[in-house]
Amino acid sequence: MQKRPFLKALLAGALVASAGFAGLAQADVLANAQKTGTLRVAVPQDFPPFGTVGPDMKPRGYDIDVANLIGRELGLKVELIPVSSTNRIPYLTTGKADLVISSLGKNPDREKVIDFSIAYAPFFNGIFGPTDIAIKGAADTAGKIVGVTRGSVEDLEFTKVAPPTATIKRFEDNNATISAYLSGQVQLIATGNVVAAAVNERTKIRRLDTKFLIKNSPCYVGVNKGEAALLAKVNEVVGKLKKSGELNQVSQRWLQAPLPADL
Amino acid sequence: MAYAFDFSSVLEYREALVDGTLKTLGLTAIGAVFGLAIGILGAVSRAWKLAPFDRIFAVYVELIRNTPFLVQLFFIFFGLPSLGVQINEWQAAILAMVINLGAYSTEIIRAGIEATPKGQIEAAQSLAMTRAQLFRHVVLPPALLKVWPSLCSQVVIVMLGSSVCSQIAAEELTFAANFIQSRNFRAFETYFVVTGMYFLLALAVRQVMIQAGQRLIARRAK
Repeated sequence: MQKRPFLKALLAGALVASAGFAGLAQADVLANAQKTGTLRVAVPQDFPPFGTVGPDMKPRGYDIDVANLIGRELGLKVELIPVSSTNRIPYLTTGKADLVISSLGKNPDREKVIDFSIAYAPFFNGIFGPTDIAIKGAADTAGKIVGVTRGSVEDLEFTKVAPPTATIKRFEDNNATISAYLSGQVQLIATGNVVAAAVNERTKIRRLDTKFLIKNSPCYVGVNKGEAALLAKVNEVVGKLKKSGELNQVSQRWLQAPLPADL
Repeated sequence: MAYAFDFSSVLEYREALVDGTLKTLGLTAIGAVFGLAIGILGAVSRAWKLAPFDRIFAVYVELIRNTPFLVQLFFIFFGLPSLGVQINEWQAAILAMVINLGAYSTEIIRAGIEATPKGQIEAAQSLAMTRAQLFRHVVLPPALLKVWPSLCSQVVIVMLGSSVCSQIAAEELTFAANFIQSRNFRAFETYFVVTGMYFLLALAVRQVMIQAGQRLIARRAK
């Protein structure tokens, strides 16, 4: 009996607190950002080429460029918040960041927690090869020698769709697979577009062009649930950047390849 | 024991294991024949100081015996195509094994040749034998017979060493093991089976080598 007032106070406190949280979650992030003049964007700092720390100790990469472009379009100053792949969504949901531009892929579990914009960057596993071999799909790899890293996602996925006459050479690690391609031991390789970009950036021995996609998981901008105004604005800006060719320039700069037409 | 063994997940891939075994044996057989042939040529060149071959073989032996087999393999597989010599993984594997065994057997057989008693050579010379006849009938058979146990061991070592050819995607027995455990995630069982297979293979190869020695050399050496 004596405890009841205390319990009431506790309950009231909890109510106030939850109301406060609800208020925070429903606040118009776009309006807030426009009021303060800054847009807080969570970006990666340990995931090249999407986000790394440059020699000047400032973050740089695909995601940082996109963050700055979105800030420019919205007329806001961008405040970059370095995050890791595990805390990028909590930063958004607890209101420490307005947007997550951190090579974030979409999946049903994440869609329950946050909303996603339209895709802004390609992220996929595919078949790569020299410009002069015409390959449109898995059927065209018949009779070809394809290098792949044993046990990787692209190994398992490509093995399912490869025609019986395609020879799959499985190597121990990514480096051996790439060396096999660069030295001409295999005609094509299955790998990720980020890996292919890194190879194209570092060596000009033999170029890796995208032939077709095996597994596609592009990157999206993450916004909190219930931020319809912000999401609409971000979609509008990303769409505009795609049309103007500026996003394509970002892709050329960091991924050494144009944006896929269907992104 | 807390670990639950599941060998059925390995047996599902028995075709890959059988195929890998045959390829390992094939590599070993070709490597042994040509490697020992190089060894005989190298040994006589060095033991009898046949210029300029003795120098060439000396450099070759030092180069191969003082570098790792895996590095030699990578040099051939990744290096030669860059120089414009197209070579597939099997050619690279065979070449590496022949070159490797050639260097080691040169030194083993040389020891046998140098151990030939002087009297035997003088006896052959007094019979007006040519140098080639002398080598073929008097020197080589007893020399090989003396070092045959070492050569058997060296061939077994090369057979076991062929496992590193899996690194250049040559689909021999170790490649089969790596492939299987990347699909069934049963590394312990897979390597358990493959270790046993290598053990049996090594015993078998040694027996074949000993029998070959008896048939081909022991008879002529008497």
